[in-house]
Amino acid sequence: MIARVLTPRAIRSALPVIALAVILVAIFWLQPRTMSYFGLNLLLNLAIPIALATIAQMFILCVNDLDLSIGAFVSLVACITATWLHDSPLLGTLALAGLVLVYAGVGALIHLRNLPSIVVTLGMSFVWLGLAVLVLPTPGGKAPEWIRALMTLKPAYVPFPIIASVLIAGVVHFALMRSAYGTVLRGAGGNPKSLERAGWSMLKIKMTMFALAGFFGVLSGMALVGLTTSADANIALRYTLLSIAGVILGGGEFVGGRISPVGAVVGAIVLTLAGSFLSFLRLNPDWQIGAQGAILIIVLALRVLISRAEARP
Amino acid sequence: MMRRIPTALIVAALALGASNQAIADTSGKRIALSNNYAGNSWRQAMLRSWDKVTSQAVEKGVVSAADAFTTAENQVTEQAAQIQNLILQGYDAIVINAASPEGLNGAVKEACDAGVTVVSFDGVVTEPCAWRIAVDFKQMGKDEVLYLADRLPDGGNLLEIRGLAGVFVDDEISAGIHDGVAETGKFKIVGSVHGNWAQDVAQKAVAGILPSLPEIAAVVTQGGDGYGAAQAFKAAGRPTPVIVMGNRHDELTWWKEQKDANNYETMSVSIAPGVSTLAFWVAQQVLDGQSVPKDLVVPFLRIDQDNLEENLATTEAGGVANVEYSLEDAKAVISAAGG
Repeated sequence: MIARVLTPRAIRSALPVIALAVILVAIFWLQPRTMSYFGLNLLLNLAIPIALATIAQMFILCVNDLDLSIGAFVSLVACITATWLHDSPLLGTLALAGLVLVYAGVGALIHLRNLPSIVVTLGMSFVWLGLAVLVLPTPGGKAPEWIRALMTLKPAYVPFPIIASVLIAGVVHFALMRSAYGTVLRGAGGNPKSLERAGWSMLKIKMTMFALAGFFGVLSGMALVGLTTSADANIALRYTLLSIAGVILGGGEFVGGRISPVGAVVGAIVLTLAGSFLSFLRLNPDWQIGAQGAILIIVLALRVLISRAEARP
Repeated sequence: MMRRIPTALIVAALALGASNQAIADTSGKRIALSNNYAGNSWRQAMLRSWDKVTSQAVEKGVVSAADAFTTAENQVTEQAAQIQNLILQGYDAIVINAASPEGLNGAVKEACDAGVTVVSFDGVVTEPCAWRIAVDFKQMGKDEVLYLADRLPDGGNLLEIRGLAGVFVDDEISAGIHDGVAETGKFKIVGSVHGNWAQDVAQKAVAGILPSLPEIAAVVTQGGDGYGAAQAFKAAGRPTPVIVMGNRHDELTWWKEQKDANNYETMSVSIAPGVSTLAFWVAQQVLDGQSVPKDLVVPFLRIDQDNLEENLATTEAGGVANVEYSLEDAKAVISAAGG
C-alpha cells in the first residue's frame, strides 16, 4: 500500500509542496511573528501577482514556447491600471482587452512565421516597456478603489493571499487538467504533429494559449497595483525570470505539455518565501540571488534523482 | 524626620531620570535601513556612514539595533517585499531610500498600519503616513548664483553645465540657477551644455562650445563636472573662470592646487551621503515621541575657501565629501521645519 502511494511519480509531484512546507517551517522557526493572520498576510500578499504571472508563463511554456516579455507586460498593465482604468474605466478596460488580443496576435505570428518565441517576446518586451513609459512617464497613478479594496480584503480566519492562491490554482487546474479542451491544449505542446493530423487547428490553439497568458498577465498587473497603490514603468521587470523559475520549480518542463498549475502557484509562493527566508536569516543581499538560485538547483536536482528512479524498472 | 530624607532622594532621583528620558525612551527600539541600491561610490559612502553612526548609537544604548538591508536588484517589488519582511521582523522604525517614489506606497502603508515609523530620505516616498527628508535641488542651484553674485559684484557671462537630460534632478538644479540669475539680475547665461555629472563628458561638451563663447566670468555646475570644465578651459588656453565645484575628490584636489598656486577662489556644494545618518536620528526622534513635521529638507554640504583643506583631507580618492550628522543636527533640521 505504502509502496503504491510512494511511487516516484507521486513524490515528484509532491516535491513543490514539500519544498513549500520546509521553507514555511523554517520561516516560522526563525520568525514566530509570521505565524499569525497578520504575518501570513504580509508574507504572502506579494506572491499573488507573481503567482498570476507564473500561470501566464505556464500557458506559454505549455505550448513549447518561452515568454521573455511577461515582466514588462505586467509593468505596462500596472501603468494602465493606475492611470486609465482609474480615471476612465471604459477606456482602461478596452486598453487591457486590446492587450490580450495583441498577445493572441503574437502567438499567431510565432506560429505562422515559425519564429523562435524567445526572439519575438524579447522584442515585445521593449515594446511593452516603451508603452509603459508613454502611459506613465514618471512613477505615480492611483489604484482603482475596488482593486485596492479587493487586495486588502481581510476575510475571517484565512488570510486573503491563501484564498486567492487556492482559487487561482483550482480554477486553472480544472480548466486545463480536467476539461476535454484543456487536454487538447496541453497536447499541442507535447505532440503538435499528431494533434494537427487529428484535425485541430494549431493556430487557434497557440492563439488561445497566448491570449490566456495575456489575460493572466493583466490580472497580475492589476493585483500588483492593488498592493502597491501606484505604478512605475519598471515595477515588475523581475517577474520574467521569477515566473519561469516558478513554473519549473512547480514541476513544469521546458519541453512543452508537461505542466502543473497547482505546482506553478506553489512554485511562485516558494520563490517569494525564499526571499523572505533569506532576509530573516540576515544574509548579505549580494548572496541572496545566489541563494535563491541554490534553492532552485536543489529542488531541480532532487527532481532529476526522482526521474531516474522512475526510469529504472 | 529620618524617614523623609530617603523620600526626598527618591524624588530627586526620579527627577534626574526624567531629564534623561529622551535617551531612555528609545533604548529598546530597533531601526532598520531599507536601501534599494549600493552600486556607486555615493551609496557605498552612505552605507558606511550609517554603519559608523548607528553602531556608536547602539553602543551608547540610544537604540537597541540599527541594521542595514540592501536589495540586490534595485527593483520596486523586491524592496516592497523587503519592507514587509522588516515589519515582520518587528522593527520599530524603517528608514527607506526608495527605488520608486510611488511604487512602495502599499508596503509603506502596511508598515504604518502595523505601527512602524517610516522615514524616507534621498529617494523619498509619497505615502502621507511616512516622513520625508528631501533634497531641495532648486535651492542648491540658486545658492550657486547667489554666491557668484557676492563674488562678482559686476556680474558677467555664465556657462551652465547641466546633468543628464530628462532627469528630474537636472531640471530642478537648472531651474534654481535660472531663478537665481533672474533674481540677481547681474548675469547672463551665454551657453548651456550637458555634462551628465561626469568629468570626461563635461570636458568634451565644454571644449566643444568654448570657441563660440565670449569671455566667461563663471561656470555654474551640478557636481561631478567642475574638474572637466577646468581642463577644457586650460586646453583652450582661456583664463580660468570661477567654476563652482560639486564636492568630488578630483574637483577639490584641483581647487586646492589652484588655491596654492594662484589663490584661486570658489565654492563647492552637494549632498553628503551621510544624509542616511540624519534620517536615522529623525527616526529616533519620532520614536522618542517628539513632534516632527512630515516634510524635512536636507542641508547641503557646502565647502568654502577656508574649510577646503579639512574637507579634502577627509574625502577619499574617487569619492565625494561626506559629513555624518548628529542628534543635534537632526534637531536643528526638525526645528527649522517648524517642529
